[in-house]
Amino acid sequence: MFFTKLKRIIVSGYRNFSRSGFTSVASILVMTITLFVVISLIFTQAALNSSLNDIKEKVDVTVYFVSDAPEASIMDVKEALKKLPEVKEITYTSQDEALTKFKEKHSNDYLTLQALDELGSNPLGASLSIKAEDPSQYESISKYFDNESNLSRGDLTIIDKVDYSQNKVVIDKLTSIINGAKELGFAISLILVIISILITFNTIRLIIYMSREEISVMKLVGAGGRFIRGPFIVSGVLVGILAALLTTVLLFPVSIWLGNRMTDFVGINLYTYYKSNFFQLFIIMLGSGVIIGSISSIFAIHRYLRK
Amino acid sequence: MIYFNNVTKKYPGTVSLEDINMTITQGEFVAIVGHSGAGKTTLTKLILAEEAPTDGTVFFESTDIHKLSSKDLMNFRRKVGIVFQDFRLLSNKTAYENIAFAMEAIEKDENDIAQDVPHVLELVDLTAKASHFPHQLSGGEKQRLAIARAIITQPDLIIADEPTGNLDPINTSDVVNLLKKINDLGTTVIITTHNRNVVDQIKKRVITLENGRIIRDDKEGKYML
Repeated sequence: MFFTKLKRIIVSGYRNFSRSGFTSVASILVMTITLFVVISLIFTQAALNSSLNDIKEKVDVTVYFVSDAPEASIMDVKEALKKLPEVKEITYTSQDEALTKFKEKHSNDYLTLQALDELGSNPLGASLSIKAEDPSQYESISKYFDNESNLSRGDLTIIDKVDYSQNKVVIDKLTSIINGAKELGFAISLILVIISILITFNTIRLIIYMSREEISVMKLVGAGGRFIRGPFIVSGVLVGILAALLTTVLLFPVSIWLGNRMTDFVGINLYTYYKSNFFQLFIIMLGSGVIIGSISSIFAIHRYLRK
Repeated sequence: MIYFNNVTKKYPGTVSLEDINMTITQGEFVAIVGHSGAGKTTLTKLILAEEAPTDGTVFFESTDIHKLSSKDLMNFRRKVGIVFQDFRLLSNKTAYENIAFAMEAIEKDENDIAQDVPHVLELVDLTAKASHFPHQLSGGEKQRLAIARAIITQPDLIIADEPTGNLDPINTSDVVNLLKKINDLGTTVIITTHNRNVVDQIKKRVITLENGRIIRDDKEGKYML
């Protein structure tokens, strides 16, 4: 009997849904908008996260050495730094490499190159650029150089400058802007998500409100609460599933368009992101659709089932 | 079968039924007549426990139907078939499905449904319209469908609240004959009406209501207002 009942409920729910025509289409569209908002919340967070990571990647502490510093002493400093737990990676740029880079950078600047030639010797110093495990650790790495007891006498004479403090202000500012944008974006999207869930909820409530006469007839015919409620929940779930499928399909052109136009601005290609996280995003849409659809139906029908 | 014991029903500002005492026994065909507002519909609502009496008790067999739990109430309603003036069919379901729904609701199995529904459709002469939706049926057809739905579950009692109120004379006569046929098969029928011809056609017990009180109760009555 259980399966017969279940079958009846599903068949009846499907028929209600397919015979309601325009009403069903309208609720699918409203649900689709809700799912779009949910996905854009995820997209926004992904884009801001990737910008934040980009900036974090660009942060480092660079130690410049005087031009006559012997390479062996620099290597000693490098080895000492490697022992710090905060340090993730150290890149050594030799005097020659620095010169090559400088020449590349100024390849169109004839005067500068000529001046460099006239100097005869290489005026540029070697440098070590240090990446931290976490951006918050740059402060302590740069302090390492302030504390003279960490360095031998020779080291002190060969270090020209440590440039962390110069970049610090800019980096801090960018980080706080992005963090702020992330929080603001999250808050705004969350409000939008809540509003659109409420709209979906109300749409489904209105549809069930239109059926209140029928619900009372079902009760008078002797139908039990579950048998009345079931088909409405099935319709709600169907709305959720179809809206999720519609959103999934629509997101392809939308993300391709956004990917083409906005990649530089948002930092990631949304189409690539959508493709590579397709499965998770699809499950999120399907899950939210089904949950919103069924819960709305359960709540909406509740008041008409009380005797 | 049904006993009203000093039943009074008041709505804010008006008294709809006052001090009603009556007994309806198994197999009777009872017409409850009266002008609009005399309390006929309230009476049927009390029998179905759609409304609770302000005072007094309504019994079905030996149980007070207003003290039933919602599960027992559901079981009680399964023993009663209802026909309304405005048909109250399920608009999203075909004629066949409307009848089948009543059987599904009381958990009949698929074989019974497949067997009984065509039979009842034939009884009310709607076999050709089985796959029509209610909005594709005429008033008389809708009411016959509603009667088919009411009798498919083989209830002990049929309550028809103004079943002919929206019908023309020919359809009215059809519906009354159908109800008489059902009554002949042993089902108790309670019909409310303010149609003289209906009452005179039935020639059975007539209870006359006026301003919420029973003013006449005739064994083989006529319309007397």
